Amino acid sequence: MPPAYRVSHLAALEAESIFVMREVVAELERPVLLFSGGKDSIVMLRLAEKAFAPARIPFPVMHVDTGHNFPEVLQYRDRRVAELGLQLVVASVPEALESGLVVESGDGTRNRIQTPVLLDAVEKYRFDALFGGARRDEEKARAKERVFSFRDEFGQWDPKNQRPELWGLYNGRHHAGESIRVFPLSNWTELDVWHYIAQEGLDLPSIYYAHERQVISRDGMLYAVNQFIQPRGTEQPFTAKVRYRTVGDASCTAAVESSADTVEKVIDEVAATRITERGATRGDDRVSEAAMEDRKREGYF
Amino acid sequence: MSTPTLAAPEQRAMDLLRFATAGSVDDGKSTLIGRLLYDTKSLFTDQLAAVEAVSAARGDEYTNLALLTDGLRAEREQGITIDVAYRYFATPRRKFIIADTPGHIQYTRNMVTGASTADLALILVDARKGLVEQSRRHAFLCSLLRVPHLVLCVNKMDLVDWSQEVFERIADEFTAFAAKLEAPDLTVVPISALKGDNIATRSENMPWYEGPSLLHHLEHVHIASDRNLVDVRFPVQYVIRPQSTTVTDYRGYAGQVASGVLKPGDEVMVLPSGLTSRIAAIDTADGPVAEAFPPMSVTVRLEDEIDISRGDLICRPNNAPAVAQDIEAMICWMDESRPLRVGGKYALKHTTRSVRTVVRDLHYRLDVNSLHRDEEAVELKLNEIGRLRLRTTAPLLADEYRRNRTTGGFILIDESSNRTVAAGMIVEAS
Ligand SMILES: Nc1nc2c(ncn2[C@@H]2O[C@H](COP(=O)(O)OP(=O)(O)O)[C@@H](O)[C@H]2O)c(=O)[nH]1
Ligand SMILES: [Mg+2]
Repeated sequence: MPPAYRVSHLAALEAESIFVMREVVAELERPVLLFSGGKDSIVMLRLAEKAFAPARIPFPVMHVDTGHNFPEVLQYRDRRVAELGLQLVVASVPEALESGLVVESGDGTRNRIQTPVLLDAVEKYRFDALFGGARRDEEKARAKERVFSFRDEFGQWDPKNQRPELWGLYNGRHHAGESIRVFPLSNWTELDVWHYIAQEGLDLPSIYYAHERQVISRDGMLYAVNQFIQPRGTEQPFTAKVRYRTVGDASCTAAVESSADTVEKVIDEVAATRITERGATRGDDRVSEAAMEDRKREGYF
Repeated sequence: MSTPTLAAPEQRAMDLLRFATAGSVDDGKSTLIGRLLYDTKSLFTDQLAAVEAVSAARGDEYTNLALLTDGLRAEREQGITIDVAYRYFATPRRKFIIADTPGHIQYTRNMVTGASTADLALILVDARKGLVEQSRRHAFLCSLLRVPHLVLCVNKMDLVDWSQEVFERIADEFTAFAAKLEAPDLTVVPISALKGDNIATRSENMPWYEGPSLLHHLEHVHIASDRNLVDVRFPVQYVIRPQSTTVTDYRGYAGQVASGVLKPGDEVMVLPSGLTSRIAAIDTADGPVAEAFPPMSVTVRLEDEIDISRGDLICRPNNAPAVAQDIEAMICWMDESRPLRVGGKYALKHTTRSVRTVVRDLHYRLDVNSLHRDEEAVELKLNEIGRLRLRTTAPLLADEYRRNRTTGGFILIDESSNRTVAAGMIVEAS
């Protein structure tokens, strides 16, 4: 066979993700793309751009704003949304705290209380399809998630009652009030995402690359000292060269020591690393063996 | 494998191989997957540490690699696998997607799901037990779903003294069975998943075995020609018509090439209308391309303005699928709440086309273990497979599944619960 008919794994993944996005727009009424300014959602937005070119992306983006943000990420979000001419919906945890929809959790992290805020926005805007950037390689419960993942009217996931997903035949049917979470990056790994960022020349928030920062060491992880994280007890702040592998709630996302300040160096580092990205950076997933499964059942992304 | 290799820019150009695993409970499926991940350095230390901690807490005598794949709480509690889990690993030659499917008969639907997109299936048997009823069922399901490559792994060779005789007896018996199923390409490998023999490297305990290690086979099995590059089939997924002042008069048909090779200038026919035109251009966001072939997602523009919408299909005038409302198909029923019955009405999704359908006739139910056909059957329950005839409200643009997995496969959806209730493989369309 002529070599021209070869398709690289990255091209195959891209083609599959574009197919998924077009299915959603063709079959569902009101899709929205969850855009956090994290690398996975940046890649997802790029795929959306490619799927509908030369037309504009035919849906809005939504940011679930915990109020615990990295300023670099917010700036990035606003710039990207303006460049693409998109509508941005902000589902705000601080506003929900003020209105009493949610109350601050004991440990001050806002991972769990994001869920009702997200679900409230979904109801208000009547979104019926939510694109999320989650990947199956991230975590064990995610490994069993469908590409089109059905949620009942309470936004809940029932892992034992998932729709079989055959060939590329996705079933997005639902009744009013129910919705579908769609994960176009299901089959991508962290390394694939970085190779794609390099291939597409995608620009990322600066905190993904190595930089110097005041940090403290807590539970074996490095946390930036900022308005949300202050040294406790005997913790001594020190300067370290770090980067972020994931960008989540700034009050519980840890950095990793790194000197990778270009995309090529990050790829080298990711290919060599021996710790999963959530294990290295998420205080929230360490709580129990089934922490992620429990949060997902409740409607978490 | 040295790490810089996986990081190199050429690694963007690896191929992708999707495979499904099947085996009975305790044949060593989870151990094998754990071993493949471990030997390709795809396991992370925190995953391993978590598994070690859980193993120790449960009182397992060794680190139970199966815990890596058994992700849901219920599975860990019951020590079984209840759903399809997807795993990823890469070597410098290929990226692999594993669909890890449970083996029990009550999970036939999960195996069908995993096999539907697989390039290759791994079937495990325990060398001490040899072929069991389940092994035959797994092989049958792989052939029903037309998985192009089959690998039988005879596992636990360490427990039969690495015996060539035991291996050959099982290999011969399976080969004879597979021949009846028209399994397209079969390879048999003696392994020990636990000890790592013939997984990433050739075993020193079985010098009589002259074939490749399992990983070597996975890296080298020739999959490029599995794609159908002959029959042009382009199901229209979405019509792109920018509402913009800068791009005017653009009308493109977006979709993923199911099979065949499309080129600008080609004469094409649009179904179901039968109207013809030529391809003016094939666009992607990175610019126009000279050819499109599977699995590319592209946007096709035609020279003439004809009315085309989602669910239509672009093909060549001299090579078209059937435009058919009477469909003969094999069905795997996947719904536990209600069985399939003659007269039942469902929504049917086939490529990008959705229609309604009624079951006109159930010819037989197939016993997936004995392959016996029960012609008296009046319904299909969860995990049962049968041959039936459907009538659709609008035509399908259909090929036989054996010729084209994309234009030959469909799903049935229950219109009240919206659940996906069946997988269908077209045998004949008219
Ligand atoms: N001796 C031996 N034991 C094995 C081998 N592969 C798996 N086992 C054991 O067989 C049991 C079942 O394995 P598991 O991977 O959970 O099987 P699964 O049910 O197919 O996923 C476990 O006790 C494994 O340690 C092997 O190659 N040799
Ligand atoms: Mg298992």
